[in-house]
Amino acid sequence: MSSEQIIGLLIVLFSAGGILYYTYLKPGEIRRRKLRKIPAVNRMIRAVSLSVEDGSRVHVSLGKGDLTETTNPSGSAGLDTLNWVAQLGASSDQPPVCTSGNGGLTLLSQDVLSASAGEPDARKPALSHEGLLAGVDPLSYALGTTAMMRDPGVHTNLLIGNYGPEAAFLTSTAENVDTIVIGTSDSITGQSVIIATTRDMLIGEELYAIPAYLTGQPAFLASLRVQDLLRLLIGAALTIGAVLGVLGIL
Amino acid sequence: MKIVNILIAVIAGVIVLLGYFIPSAGLQNIRKPLLDWAVILSGVAGLVAILNLVFGVHWQRIRENHRLKRYSVVVILAFAVTLAAGVWLDPSTQGFQRIVTAVQVPIESSLMAMLALTMVYASLKILQRHRNVMGFIFFISVIIYLVLNSGVLAGSMDIPILMNLLSAFHQVPVAGARGILLGIALGSLATGLRVLTGSDRPYNG
Repeated sequence: MSSEQIIGLLIVLFSAGGILYYTYLKPGEIRRRKLRKIPAVNRMIRAVSLSVEDGSRVHVSLGKGDLTETTNPSGSAGLDTLNWVAQLGASSDQPPVCTSGNGGLTLLSQDVLSASAGEPDARKPALSHEGLLAGVDPLSYALGTTAMMRDPGVHTNLLIGNYGPEAAFLTSTAENVDTIVIGTSDSITGQSVIIATTRDMLIGEELYAIPAYLTGQPAFLASLRVQDLLRLLIGAALTIGAVLGVLGIL
Repeated sequence: MKIVNILIAVIAGVIVLLGYFIPSAGLQNIRKPLLDWAVILSGVAGLVAILNLVFGVHWQRIRENHRLKRYSVVVILAFAVTLAAGVWLDPSTQGFQRIVTAVQVPIESSLMAMLALTMVYASLKILQRHRNVMGFIFFISVIIYLVLNSGVLAGSMDIPILMNLLSAFHQVPVAGARGILLGIALGSLATGLRVLTGSDRPYNG
């Protein structure tokens, strides 16, 4: 094993151990920790709640991440958000709708929606057909999604997943049809476009923090805690490395 | 049954992850077929989702006399023709590739041109959207880097102080991007491990 592989394995073991420790051994402690405010997430909660109350639709778009690629965690965060929206919206007049740009994500979104239909308050028995594949390449996906965003029943759009520059089509469509749009991406290009074209910013790792803020489940909060610890460690390592570099030791 | 599904997912995930770090031949022999199966499953999922799009959405629109049914007719016809041509000619042949490219390239080029215009228009409205300090800083940064990257200052690169200053300015976005990428990497790691440990299941199973 090379030194890089050993360090990588140690980080993975530390993170997995941390997540399990906080999830199963210290769930009370992790729940008591105060989360810093992310205005975009607060606005997301308000917008979805209002949509559920006034009977309009919430559209969740999961991006074009691939389950077999490194973009899949952003899709998982989107699916967790969809699960939260579906549970809130299952009792609404209009069930939520989900679009994605990958076959695997589409099937998973249908699975999440169909599971939410089984909730006690649900009025609609089958929601799985509300999980749609909008397109299979970035531009066709964006155009397919804009068609859904133009649906008169849709009032809130959540874009959570992997997007590139095509996100500009989605955000400008939401603005044209006067609906709320809150988005984030795991790509730098997608983030820049979304920040420039929407009112609310979700930067960097905030994408992965959304499920923790929405559901408050110990597993999500635990991973947030582990992320914070890792960030501190990496920050310390970078600072020490820079100081040693300046001193000529490294 | 659900616990069995979770166990299979977790064990398969752990084997694939360990195979990445531990160069053992035995582990690699198990890891490779698992990865191959994942790719095959992903392909099948794509096919199922496309069939769902064609028959579950567009065919349904035609049957229900939806206001957008004319577009659905075009989608189904294009799908049928492409599928038939692919089966008849073989997707790897030059003739098939030429036909697909001749349709796709002009459409995507037009869309990219539209995208450029959309982004220019959206950028012009940045200050309208972000009426705060961060929005102002973002706007000023955009202007500064547009000027720097336009090549207007290329002639003044001979002046040593200005050259160093410009070089430092060019490093700032790289540092920012690295910071964001570190955050994304940590978030991806934590999300992946959450799924791997079975704490989070983005599937009903």
